[in-house]
Amino acid sequence: MKKIGPIAVRAGVTLLYAFVLAPIVLVIAISFSGDNFIAFPPQSWGLRWYRALLAHEGFAGGFRVSLTLASIVVALDLLIGVPAAYAIARLRFPGRDALLAFLTAPLLLPTIVLGLAILLVFYPLKLAATYPGLVAAHMVVTLPFVVRIVATALSTLPGDIEDAAATLGASPATVFRRITLPLMLPGVIAAAALAFILSFDEVVISLFVVGPRLSTLPVELFRYVEGRTDPMVAALSTVLILATASAVLVVERSVGVMRALGR
Amino acid sequence: MADDRRRRPALAAGLSLPAAAAIGLGFLLPVLWLARMSFNPSDPDGALREGWTLHHYAELLTDSFYGELALGSLQMSAVSTLGALLVGYPIALFLFRLESRWKTLLVLLAICPLLVSGVVRAYGWIVILGDAGWINSMLRGAGLIDRPIRLVNNHIGVAIGLTESLLPYMTLSLLAGLGRLDRGLEEAARTLGASPLRTFLRVTLPLSLPAVVLGCTICFMLAISAFVTPRLLGGGRVFLLATEIYEQALLTLNWPLAAALAVAILAMFTLVLVASGRLQRRVAE
Repeated sequence: MKKIGPIAVRAGVTLLYAFVLAPIVLVIAISFSGDNFIAFPPQSWGLRWYRALLAHEGFAGGFRVSLTLASIVVALDLLIGVPAAYAIARLRFPGRDALLAFLTAPLLLPTIVLGLAILLVFYPLKLAATYPGLVAAHMVVTLPFVVRIVATALSTLPGDIEDAAATLGASPATVFRRITLPLMLPGVIAAAALAFILSFDEVVISLFVVGPRLSTLPVELFRYVEGRTDPMVAALSTVLILATASAVLVVERSVGVMRALGR
Repeated sequence: MADDRRRRPALAAGLSLPAAAAIGLGFLLPVLWLARMSFNPSDPDGALREGWTLHHYAELLTDSFYGELALGSLQMSAVSTLGALLVGYPIALFLFRLESRWKTLLVLLAICPLLVSGVVRAYGWIVILGDAGWINSMLRGAGLIDRPIRLVNNHIGVAIGLTESLLPYMTLSLLAGLGRLDRGLEEAARTLGASPLRTFLRVTLPLSLPAVVLGCTICFMLAISAFVTPRLLGGGRVFLLATEIYEQALLTLNWPLAAALAVAILAMFTLVLVASGRLQRRVAE
């Protein structure tokens, strides 16, 4: 009787885990299919869809756009997000909590509403289907994470070392450059990696602001899945999963995924 | 600690101004404009016209199509939230009780779908549930069916896909809530002779209820506004509020109606939050 319990529990939990992981595992498996359409298990195996992927214009273009976009978004996020996070975590001023609430407010709204709202404002401003428009739209959903992660990282660091340096005669600029910046670097790296992943994967808001000549990889992927379904999407997905996994490793090495997600 | 902070309002304002401006222009202004747009009359040609009308809200309240849409969204959200709870609770409880060096890895595995694009996971479900998918070929191989059962492009597929996409959020919420549970209470109940089942029903479950309410609230709100999963697994045959916003905004080009639908979703959000707050208080008592 004592033995049955744990074994049943293990079997049950394994089954539940299978449900969680099944779609990801099967996407990777079917990417090696040699068939013309989605059938699992496939009739034949091979790398033909990886070769087809390299030749696909839409995906190649989308990949370039998404890569450029995510890089610009991360750079701008850090440029304006880190100073704001520093102010929130290290300075005293009225309305500090309200500022943090305001800067993280976009996370409260569903992306389908946010995407529509951004389209309605960007379209008359001729920002739809342009790089500035896409960058601004992506910053709305990535900047809150950058501010929150960097502010959290800073506020968990003791201020003693900075105070000691200041007492010993270092100027505020030197204290920031030599003490604060190195201490907060892991948090900044985590924030940058997460912002990159979020921007690179963003699909709902992008759907509203992309155009025929400027489209991101997730949007191309979405449209491809919506229309036809052959294993090429699986090959692309496998590449994306590997890329995300390596980005996560960067975050994990610097601060830990759980903390980066703010939980 | 707070007193060590430097009192520098001017510097703080300068440092946070760019970020505040970005969120103001990219978030606050669009949301206000969205609310304003929902009162504009719609033009059959899709042209923008300024004005004030309650036409779209009246349409949402009186047209039975939108009533069914809202009801369908609520039902789908309830089913997938319940599904996520039924799968996520055992996982969270297992992870909470686990004392093993694999614990971190198992927690990561349970929440890793969070890091994989929703489009990719929806595609994964098509591979599993499609007509030539894994389940249908297994059932056919076993001689149980002659013709494939339809598991995607309908409500079943959307419910399964949504359940899976909510799961990481549910597991994380429950895990965080269970973390506050004192394991000594469970041990005390066991020592005093309660069976494992009785311990679970009388001690663990009641103490975890606040976490259950929180997890269900988060998942329900995510489900009501979910778009990618219903669109891809519903195959254009499952109509929900979020898919209708997309339809009206990008295909029919009736922006005022799309804006009114978005406001309706936000109103539902508020109602869910109020209900959840009440439930949270009752559970805590």
